[in-house]
Amino acid sequence: MTGVKPGYVRPLDLKRGRIDMGHGAGGRATAQLVSELFAQAFANDFLARGDDGAVLPAPAPGEQLVVATDAHVVSPLFFPGGDIGCLSVHGTINDLAVMGARPLYLSAAFILEEGLALDTLARIVASMAEAARAAGVPVVTGDTKVVEQGKGDGVFITTTGVGALPAGRALGGANARAGDALLLSGSIGDHGMAIMAQRESLAFDAEIVSDTAALHELVEAVLTAVPAVRVLRDPTRGGLATTLNEIATQSAVGMELDETAIPVRPQVAAACELLGLDPLYVANEGKLVVVCPPEDAARALAALRAHPLGRDAAHIGTVTADPHCFVQVRTGFGGRRMVDWLSGEQLPRIC
Amino acid sequence: MKYVDEFRDGKLARNLAEAIAREADTGRDYAFMEFCGGHTHAISRHGVIDLLPPNVRMIHGPGCPVCVLPVGRIDMAIRLALARPEVIVCTYGDCLRVPASGGLSMLGARARGADIRMVYSAADALSLARAEPAREVVFFAIGFETTTPPTALVLREARADGVANFSVICNHVLTPAAITSILESPEARRHGSVPLDGFVGPAHVSTVIGSRPYEFFAEEYRKPVVIAGFEPLDVMQAIRMLVRQVNEGRAEVENEFTRAVVRDGNLKAQARVAEVFEPRRSFEWRGLGEVAYSALKIRTEFARHDAEVRFGLAYAPVPDNKACECGAILRGVKKPLDCKLFATVCTPENPMGSCMVSSEGACAAHYNYGRFRDATPGGVRPPRPALASGPTTVKIEEPVR
Repeated sequence: MTGVKPGYVRPLDLKRGRIDMGHGAGGRATAQLVSELFAQAFANDFLARGDDGAVLPAPAPGEQLVVATDAHVVSPLFFPGGDIGCLSVHGTINDLAVMGARPLYLSAAFILEEGLALDTLARIVASMAEAARAAGVPVVTGDTKVVEQGKGDGVFITTTGVGALPAGRALGGANARAGDALLLSGSIGDHGMAIMAQRESLAFDAEIVSDTAALHELVEAVLTAVPAVRVLRDPTRGGLATTLNEIATQSAVGMELDETAIPVRPQVAAACELLGLDPLYVANEGKLVVVCPPEDAARALAALRAHPLGRDAAHIGTVTADPHCFVQVRTGFGGRRMVDWLSGEQLPRIC
Repeated sequence: MKYVDEFRDGKLARNLAEAIAREADTGRDYAFMEFCGGHTHAISRHGVIDLLPPNVRMIHGPGCPVCVLPVGRIDMAIRLALARPEVIVCTYGDCLRVPASGGLSMLGARARGADIRMVYSAADALSLARAEPAREVVFFAIGFETTTPPTALVLREARADGVANFSVICNHVLTPAAITSILESPEARRHGSVPLDGFVGPAHVSTVIGSRPYEFFAEEYRKPVVIAGFEPLDVMQAIRMLVRQVNEGRAEVENEFTRAVVRDGNLKAQARVAEVFEPRRSFEWRGLGEVAYSALKIRTEFARHDAEVRFGLAYAPVPDNKACECGAILRGVKKPLDCKLFATVCTPENPMGSCMVSSEGACAAHYNYGRFRDATPGGVRPPRPALASGPTTVKIEEPVR
């Protein structure tokens, strides 16, 4: 017979509750948030231990480890096609994937703003967990901090990923060579314009939906079909133009694109036209740029197109020898122009 | 995209290019100025230059509202926003990046605590004022005749509804005055020293002011004007019409943009503008200097919504770098490559002069879209005499103080 009562903690009020400073103080409220929300959603043995870190098995002999990290700040938190939760999973998985690595584990750090509705957080975490589960990459460790109201934008999420790089694979931005083919896995500008349309309340007949997706399976498919692939990149913020300039500079080559070959959805093209933006500079979250030897281009393209995420893949141009590292495009109109780095932020034109 | 793709058709472009090449007299050169930044953008973005014969040259004019805005005007808005925390300054997108004094821009001022916001329309600025009655909302209005009527409308509305916390810094400028300034420049007056055979006239501006105001230039200065839409086929067609006028010795105003422009323009818009604004005696243009009667100010009836009056704002001009050739480039006398600063200390990230500020400016357009044309096989752009002893001889002055 004992008179000691079990500690009772009232469950989190996920319907009406809000994040307060206590959730970040490291005490009971923090522990409760972790156990009732994060641990349940991400449920795996590593998290269940409740330790300060996750002890992970060593990679197979001959494999190397790849680590990538990505911070996510997006407003609005929810947008057509996704939300900050799934975006934070896809972003880091894609960084690992384009290195040629098989993504294995993720960590997640949350910076929450005081006042954030628990219901909103729960939806974000659920979407994150679903994305991680679908990709087969568990979130094995994490951290949560709370900042005062006005010092955050609801929630910021930083994820770090660990992946295994099979022996013999060496992809890198410096590997492109003159004559190589430039392939793109699908239409550009969808993510950026989905966010922009939401922010500016632009309505179109056909909704603009973010392309956020995990690309590791698509990458595996391409690398299996064409092991000689030289460079893989996912063109995120700064758009395709920025990614191609990065590769051109790293590899000390030029590029020549065919404007008419670059897929852009009509509603994205229309929104860009309306706001005075260039889709080449608009963000993507589920697209892949492939640089491969010309003789492999057809096979790589077929492998891309055979995957649902690469259905609209296209051969968009060629790597050229150019000491100036200029990325040029042949316009549909019949002229040429340079596609330079983005200077500053892309802002709408006045005229 | 319907109503857009039709005007960017590559096959029609080739046909027009052949027609221009056929009609242009190989025994002479043609130099046409496209006044508007919108045309500059279309020409650069679609590579129109590549479809023109070598003896037809386009000069990028001063019709980029952001480019010609003098630094002192932006300083004025930044000082106001930094000094008065109750003020929200709002303006159009690419105005935010224009470099101002002290290494600041509106974006830079925002990073130092100023409340400066981007809006898509003048109406958005007025809505913001209604939504934030405890704040002072100041709309930094810029642009040519195209963006002036919307500013006039919100000023009327603000006065009618008594939106006491809404005011405007008016920087609206006038196209015809700028064209006159170019035609009156010393180079242009000395016969033959400035190669300018005609103008591609503004698209959107002309929907408001019509084609009539250009008749003076055609008659008085014997320069053909062809008003053209902002799509690349419009520009090509206008160039063909200009070539024909030159060949036939005509100097007339022709309208390629008949789907939107009539001779008298939009009379209703003109009436609204006249009701709210009156000409300024003089206004400074970046690159052109002081130009008489080239801008608008808010009439005294609307003074409570005139931020310059309301906050007692004073204008202090800021000189451009002495080596900057923007003025000569805007008048068509020099090309971007003729400027010592171009692509050395003056780049889109760090513009020293007006033409580098927005991608519609002559220098930025060349830097962003056309630099590959300067490349010689295996080398960088050909050395110019001015830089013979190396770029270190270029005296770098702070762009603004």
